[in-house]
Amino acid sequence: MLCQECGVRPATLHFTKIVNGEKTEFHICENCAREKGELIPGTSGGFSIHSLLSGLLDLEGASKGKSTAEPKPHEVRCEECGMTYGQFSKLGRFGCSSCYKYFDKGLDPLFKRVHGSTSHVGKIPKRIGAQIQFKRQIDELKEQLQQAIVEEEFESAAELRDQIRKLEKEIAQE
Amino acid sequence: MPDLRFTEQALSEWMRSGGSHSEIVISTRVRIARNIQHHPFPLLATKNQADEILNVLAPVVDQNQEAGYGTFELVKLDELEELDKKVLVEKHLISPNLVNDSRSGAVLLNEDESVSIMLNEEDHLRIQCLFPGFQVREAWERATAIDDIFEESVDYAFDVKRGYLTSCPTNVGTGLRASVMMHLPALVMTHQISRILSAVNQVGLTARGIYGEGSEAAGNIFQISNQITLGQTEAEIIDNLHGVAIQIIEHERNARQRLLDDSALRITDRIMRSYGILSYAAVMELKEASQRLSDVRLGVDLGILKAPSISVLNELNVKTQPGFLQKMFGEELSSAECDMYRAKLLRDTLGITH
Repeated sequence: MLCQECGVRPATLHFTKIVNGEKTEFHICENCAREKGELIPGTSGGFSIHSLLSGLLDLEGASKGKSTAEPKPHEVRCEECGMTYGQFSKLGRFGCSSCYKYFDKGLDPLFKRVHGSTSHVGKIPKRIGAQIQFKRQIDELKEQLQQAIVEEEFESAAELRDQIRKLEKEIAQE
Repeated sequence: MPDLRFTEQALSEWMRSGGSHSEIVISTRVRIARNIQHHPFPLLATKNQADEILNVLAPVVDQNQEAGYGTFELVKLDELEELDKKVLVEKHLISPNLVNDSRSGAVLLNEDESVSIMLNEEDHLRIQCLFPGFQVREAWERATAIDDIFEESVDYAFDVKRGYLTSCPTNVGTGLRASVMMHLPALVMTHQISRILSAVNQVGLTARGIYGEGSEAAGNIFQISNQITLGQTEAEIIDNLHGVAIQIIEHERNARQRLLDDSALRITDRIMRSYGILSYAAVMELKEASQRLSDVRLGVDLGILKAPSISVLNELNVKTQPGFLQKMFGEELSSAECDMYRAKLLRDTLGITH
């Protein structure tokens, strides 16, 4: 299907708007979406595709943006590719894989809404699989350690700490 | 100069065999998105950075020819004519994204075009496997095997918590999108389609028309695919799609049977008329062509028509698209001329020549 705006490129974005039970469908290409200031043709009030995604991404910003010590969520920057969280929420795309690390705080609500989940449970690359198993173990032990400290069980906390150190040493040797 | 056969033949070799449930499922596609660590995603990559990705990824399949997926050929997008790009999109071998937004975009195609590996699309690597008919598990097995081959040579961007890291948040985790393309005319005719499509949405799958508009897809062809990529294993995603598709196939079969039982004459008349119009019309718009081809396909599946073969119908579905028509009849066709040549092509193929 061709884009209903330019009629040249294939439509890659498909929307259905329902107002008072009246259904309207839009089929446009990304270029036109971008050129039209991300507006969906025929709608008023500036509802945009990316504002939909931004709406999800801004959740974190709305609740946490008031802290003065931390940079405002929109100014958080990925140190590898330079993309800011603000740019990310506008584009709806990450700039590089490190963005996931720098924007981590804002991602759980987004992933929860898009996927209904925040953690991967699928395939792991074989080559780094062993290391990841170690890391998963360490993360679990760390959680247990925190719990032990909270509950003031210092003996088991010490044991857990030693186990973590041992695993970390094994990773370092790999 | 790229190999011309990729754009001159309408039908990929893999489409010629039927596959299971081929009276309803046209094809199955699985794609997985991957990226390389410490390289900006194609969205931000400079030309040099994108070329580097190409140089790292393109040779991998050549070095692994014994894996048995045939010889791969690298087709660089900037070496192709605009029209050839369009044709590759119409054959579903590349995505519109690779044409529009890509720097140093390329595709690795194997001989029968059943494996299409896109480089520098939205992600560095997109492995796509296409199978005829209903073969979700088979397509996944092939895609994951090819993924393993790449993984031996490159360091993927992977995170313990988030899984495979992709450019778009909608692909993160498994990076897996599996889809089946289904011909569902009886569900459309009996007005059950919207109910089924909304049910599909409720189980983490999405349905959209191809070559068509929204739920009333011209040609009655729908693509059902998984929406969720994070928090489910690949096996769960594949099983879910498999299970739901089987149910839809069942519903479509029942609806077809009911149409035959309740209104055989009306349905036969509709199919015959469509066949007649396709065989004799002088002007044919794409939308009408898709709808009439759908009727004829149903006629063949139900045994009402003896010809043409499903393979010819698959071929016509591709050949009646604007890119292909221009490729065959001249590069600068207006839309009115397209409609005329489309009609000519249909007349010629379906046996009536004037």
